[in-house]
Amino acid sequence: MTPALFLFWVLAAVVLVGGVGVVVMRQPVHSALFLLLSFVGVAGLFVLLHAEFLAAVQILVYAGGIMVLFLFTIMLVNVRRQAAEPFLHPQAGFALLLGAGIYALLGWLLVGEARKIAALGAGGAADPAKLATVMIGGAKIAGNSQAVGWSLYREYFLPFEVASVFLLVAMIGAVVLGKRTMEKVD
Amino acid sequence: MVPLTHYLALSLLLFILGVVGVLVRRNLLTVLMSIELMLNAANLNLIAFSRQLGDLGGQIFSVFIIAVAAGEAAIGLAILISLYRLKGSVNLDDAAEMKG
Repeated sequence: MTPALFLFWVLAAVVLVGGVGVVVMRQPVHSALFLLLSFVGVAGLFVLLHAEFLAAVQILVYAGGIMVLFLFTIMLVNVRRQAAEPFLHPQAGFALLLGAGIYALLGWLLVGEARKIAALGAGGAADPAKLATVMIGGAKIAGNSQAVGWSLYREYFLPFEVASVFLLVAMIGAVVLGKRTMEKVD
Repeated sequence: MVPLTHYLALSLLLFILGVVGVLVRRNLLTVLMSIELMLNAANLNLIAFSRQLGDLGGQIFSVFIIAVAAGEAAIGLAILISLYRLKGSVNLDDAAEMKG
């Protein structure tokens, strides 16, 4: 077993334990902590996939921003006073059936197409340098963050700006929804 | 190098966990967390393919998905706070006005 494969199994176990914890835990605080575990595991997998910039963003945005948002909300809604949720909701049977259905369908696809998937990009696949180098006016720049940055600002400039407008809209929407009384807004 | 199918299988499992979480849990907080799990699974898929094909496009799409996830979490939690003010509860079964 190569070190990369070993690391993959360890991180996959971390991610799945976190995911199962999110779904199974009764207290939202515990769910949030398992979600954090899952995020960190996914960030590790990103490093393994030579997406170092995305791993840093994952830690900063998910483990930093979104997790703090969740924990503050848990603090605000006083979950301890909520009625205990029964372990099995009437919908649970349907949920498990649907989950098993999607799993069977996609798993069947994955197994059936495994050889084609493995042959994907067989030429340049094993070359991690390709993800970290971009040609700019004949000059080569190196490093994953730099490559992602250049690509983001050159080829994907319009989507990038649209995303910033989207975040502004989300921010204003969150402020308006979070206001104490809706009447005073308009 | 870890085969691509390993990553796809892991991402599939993570996505299913998110689907089951959304359907089984009745606490809006946990439902939102399960949605984050599903978005993470999509990111993992994109980046695994980006690595396999040696194409940066997948990573760029992941950046946008993370931005959308951040916006979704902010709006979802703001809705949760309003729901809590209105009902005094974050249980989704209590918010059933639209159910005929």
